[in-house]
Amino acid sequence: MSDVLKKLEILAGAAKYDVSCASSGSNRGNKGKGIGNSSPWGICHSFTEDGRCVSLLKIMLTNNCMYDCAYCVNRRSNDVLRTAFTVNELVDLTIAFYRRNYIEGLFLSSGVVKSPDHTMSMMTRVAKELRTVQRYNGYIHLKSIPGASPELIREAGLYADRLSVNIEIPSEPNLKMLAPEKDYKSILTPMNSICQGILVSKEDSRKFRSAPKFVPAGQSTQLIVGATPDTDNQILKLASGLYNHQSLKRVYYSGYIPINKSDSRLPALTAPPLVRENRLYQSDWLMRFYFFRVDEIVNDTHPNLDLDIDPKLSYAIRNPWMFPVDINKAPFELILRVPGIGVKSAKLILTSRRYGRISSYQLQKMGVVMKRAKYFITCNELASPTINEIKPENMKQLFLPKPEPKKKDKLAGQLSLSFPD
Amino acid sequence: MVTWSYDNTFEGLLTLVFDCYQKKVFPDKITGTGNSQFVLFQPDYEVLTDDAKGKRVWDGLHKKISDSSCQMVYYSFLSEAKDVELVILNFIRKAFDSPVSIELNFGDKDVLELLKLDRTVMREAERIRMFVRFQKTKDDIYYASFDPRYNVLPLVIKHFENRFADQQWIIYDTKRNYGFYYDLKSTSEFKFVESLIDPATGQIDKSVMDKDEQLFQDMWKSYFKSMCIKERINPRLHMQLLPKRFWKYLIEKQA
Repeated sequence: MSDVLKKLEILAGAAKYDVSCASSGSNRGNKGKGIGNSSPWGICHSFTEDGRCVSLLKIMLTNNCMYDCAYCVNRRSNDVLRTAFTVNELVDLTIAFYRRNYIEGLFLSSGVVKSPDHTMSMMTRVAKELRTVQRYNGYIHLKSIPGASPELIREAGLYADRLSVNIEIPSEPNLKMLAPEKDYKSILTPMNSICQGILVSKEDSRKFRSAPKFVPAGQSTQLIVGATPDTDNQILKLASGLYNHQSLKRVYYSGYIPINKSDSRLPALTAPPLVRENRLYQSDWLMRFYFFRVDEIVNDTHPNLDLDIDPKLSYAIRNPWMFPVDINKAPFELILRVPGIGVKSAKLILTSRRYGRISSYQLQKMGVVMKRAKYFITCNELASPTINEIKPENMKQLFLPKPEPKKKDKLAGQLSLSFPD
Repeated sequence: MVTWSYDNTFEGLLTLVFDCYQKKVFPDKITGTGNSQFVLFQPDYEVLTDDAKGKRVWDGLHKKISDSSCQMVYYSFLSEAKDVELVILNFIRKAFDSPVSIELNFGDKDVLELLKLDRTVMREAERIRMFVRFQKTKDDIYYASFDPRYNVLPLVIKHFENRFADQQWIIYDTKRNYGFYYDLKSTSEFKFVESLIDPATGQIDKSVMDKDEQLFQDMWKSYFKSMCIKERINPRLHMQLLPKRFWKYLIEKQA
């Protein structure tokens, strides 16, 4: 068993760079008093010191890999300890952790050994064992291996709640450069077949309630940010396309962490681009929950996100004609465009204003950040200069963090008395 | 100022609402009996809890507002917040007196306050679902200690019954000294008379621990450690997401 402890250390360390951890979107019940169920909103069970949630047991089946992708910690040419779990070891570990309420489920990934098909079938065996032998109904997220055959993916999708194929590099020429053995076709083919499978299964379950569910929590992918010169425009266009055409549930953005420092194809970064990553997530949220089109956030004249201010504020400053918005009359979509108003407070505003006019005091109580919003709204009595009086070009200055006052040298303020010798 | 007192139970508070309407008097202050040691002013009226009266108010409220809003009333009561009784009284009064449902008028301070208290209590219940850590004993019972800020353990029992239907488990509220035991069929409330549990860490004594328990705890600790990406370390965010008050019983945060 101490053998398993060692393996766990190596294979968890190898899997940590995958950012996906969602356990939401599935509502598998606990059939016939087995073990586990999945909650539709997902549950986080812990948080690591880098502030990421631990929801699933994120682990690799093996870190052996036949590929040599420049950005990856497990690439063939890296000198790291290699090991592999057996199916039984992994199943026992998952169940033991799950029973102790450490985790919400399993997120299984793997290096590619022998062939994509061989790897995929090993991973599917873990999921199958959990579902059929252990009668486990918790969450399972499987990484589908680029290039695996559609039949294997079909089978995996019947046991998993979510499947994901990582695109990693946001444009094909750059992917070719960093991962010569991969191309977009090998990634998009499984993605399309998962998308098809989900559509078919939805259609079937409309006809027969007992139709088997295929990937009920949908599919996701991950893009590495900052490893290649791709612009935010390219990244977000790709993401938006994936949401609209492949109906992905989530696109994750992972700030590039220089793991393989000696590789000349990769930029030498001193720190991961965390602010840019954050801005991308904010834009992603704007696209998914705030009815923003991608070309409203970034476009050819404005290809990169502003790192100093968030994308919604940046949009508002570029489009002053839209403001001020009348809180008591404007439609939901327009209220959502106001910086400082989120989905929750917008909904509160909408239901409450049927009872009477809303004042700025009430807005504040509802959770609107008035410090931001006051420049972009009118309500009952609010008398604050709006963006049109202040002029858009002066707006950004208001939101930048104030430069910290220089700490005066304590002694400098004191009178110094000089005594003549 | 009119001060009324009640016996700190939810039924008591509903009875209080009933008495308000009967006497046509609405208090400005509601205290729990025995809450304060120094009673500067004797309460003007002491409510005697009457389940029948309480039920009439509760049923009447269901006719006026949705079930989920009624649940909000109960959940916010559990918050034990200062003057929560007045907020609830005002809310119920507005609900009864208005010809249309007022439950979505968040411009009203009592309705909004109730929503906020409800959210606080729900969040605490969610924290139990997140941070409870079971330890396996020799006789195959999974045990967990927890000390929630509010009395929300009863709200999450259904979740654990559904999830861990094929294992026996105990979740014990160490702050209020009671817990629930699930015996594969049903869940019952109980109190420890004496226990082999370390009050500081919530750990069960080694003598009753399953032989593999320590190993799995070590594995979890080691997994937790190796999940962290050093380049991204962010102690402030970590503290915000995992407040220190939960560290006591979290295996991965113990030395």
